[in-house]
Amino acid sequence: MSKAIITVVGRDTVGIIARVCTYLAGEKINIEDISQTIVAGYFNMMMVVDISACEKPLGDVITDLTAVGEELGVVIHCQSEDLFTRMHRI
Amino acid sequence: MINLYEVNETNQMILSENLDVRTITMGISLLDCCDASVEACCDKIYAKITRLAGNLVATGEEISKELGVPIVNKRISVTPASLVGAACCKTPEDYVKIAKTLDAAAKATGVNFIGGFSALVAKAMTPSEELLIRAIPQALAETERVCSSVNIGSTRTGINMDAVRLMGQIVKETAEATASWDSGGCAKLVIFCNAPDDNPFMAGAFHGVTEGDAAIHVGVSGPGVVKAALTEVRGQSFEVLCETIKRTAFKITRVGQLVAQEASTRLGIPFGIVDLSLAPTPAVGDSVAEILEEIGLSSVGAPGTTAALALLNDQVKKGGVMASSYVGGLSGAFIPVSEDAGMIAAASAGRLSIEKLEAMTCVCSVGLDMIAIPGDTPASTISGIIADEAAIGMVNAKTTAVRLIPVIGKGVGETANFGGLLGYAPIIPVNPASCEDMIARTGRIPAPIHSFKN
Repeated sequence: MSKAIITVVGRDTVGIIARVCTYLAGEKINIEDISQTIVAGYFNMMMVVDISACEKPLGDVITDLTAVGEELGVVIHCQSEDLFTRMHRI
Repeated sequence: MINLYEVNETNQMILSENLDVRTITMGISLLDCCDASVEACCDKIYAKITRLAGNLVATGEEISKELGVPIVNKRISVTPASLVGAACCKTPEDYVKIAKTLDAAAKATGVNFIGGFSALVAKAMTPSEELLIRAIPQALAETERVCSSVNIGSTRTGINMDAVRLMGQIVKETAEATASWDSGGCAKLVIFCNAPDDNPFMAGAFHGVTEGDAAIHVGVSGPGVVKAALTEVRGQSFEVLCETIKRTAFKITRVGQLVAQEASTRLGIPFGIVDLSLAPTPAVGDSVAEILEEIGLSSVGAPGTTAALALLNDQVKKGGVMASSYVGGLSGAFIPVSEDAGMIAAASAGRLSIEKLEAMTCVCSVGLDMIAIPGDTPASTISGIIADEAAIGMVNAKTTAVRLIPVIGKGVGETANFGGLLGYAPIIPVNPASCEDMIARTGRIPAPIHSFKN
């Protein structure tokens, strides 16, 4: 199973999660975990997603999500989960 | 499962603290490209490099995008050219043809440097190796991406003083041949003692004869990450300081290990090593000098600098070896003067001399690196500095290197500008006393007593 971590950071506004989730559903990407905080009006969200059913290469999903972020006025990063597990788990 | 705090910590390192993978370097053996004809040899070299490394840059960019970690350089190292050209090169000009072929292959594959225009002459030189060395000034002046290195000593063989004398002259000739860009050709020429076979960092990378047909090596970086972590433990004990460096080095190296494995799998080339070096750039917040200052020095070069660097180098290794089973290359802290904003500032202010830098090289991973000196420095003095540095490497069984730039037409107090990653450097003074009579002696310095371990 291949997983990715999506982070969304930016000024809070209506529909951020809805817009991101709509995109993910359309690409058959399953959300396994969401955590989110709002500090001083800034939205900070992290999702763990399963991309094994997605037909697009990860690079294209990253490009699409970056564009979604630009539409919403927030910064969206999507990175392979390997980066974080390697760094934080022995 | 990974939590928000951990994700934010990693992304903070990438976005604010300059965490990156400094280089993916593909080592390629050219031993099967030997031929009796220079032209045929060059054709084989070009074909092999472009075949194996054709996808290197694209693969590096793909991995970088998927992980969200910048991979700054994609590079190639090859078998020392003096071995590949020995059968066909009869003049220095023949070796220049090989250098131009390497340059063309580098441009075709899109890598920014190719290392291995090299000779390994730790004990003595073959006629062919001497031809290559004599070709270095023209080769570096007439190519853009080729890097050269010469190993002139080792703990097992002693120091080849004939090669040391010759290299002093070659450094001067290279400076003169590239005088139009502040003698920047010398920034692509490294003189080693105990050169490693698997170093991924330029300008000293070559693919040693102990290596296989090809290998993927990765050089990590991250001085800014270590500096930021140390800011959190200011004033605390050495134990806390060391723990913090180790923990940070572990995390940085794990990223390098991941990138190396991914690149190896996708390119179908065996994984070689991860080099743990903290490699600075001229960018603010990407400086080894700033780490030393964070440890508690008002400026790098102050008393205590050597001790702080020894501690840093050791803790980086202790954290890094836990993160990767195959650590190699140079692995430590680099202290290139022109490529480190903190080093540039200290040298400009007169707080960092060549003598202090030499002391620092006893405990760091490389040597006198990217130091601009007056253009009228005699070749024998440059040879003397090379010999001093090689002696430190030989006696301490460590790699040392010299990359000096005698800037033609400029003197102390002026600045040399090499552009890009190579940075800029204030020209610092060299001791004016002469070592000419010592350098004029022929032969070699014997290996030290503690090298006889059999």
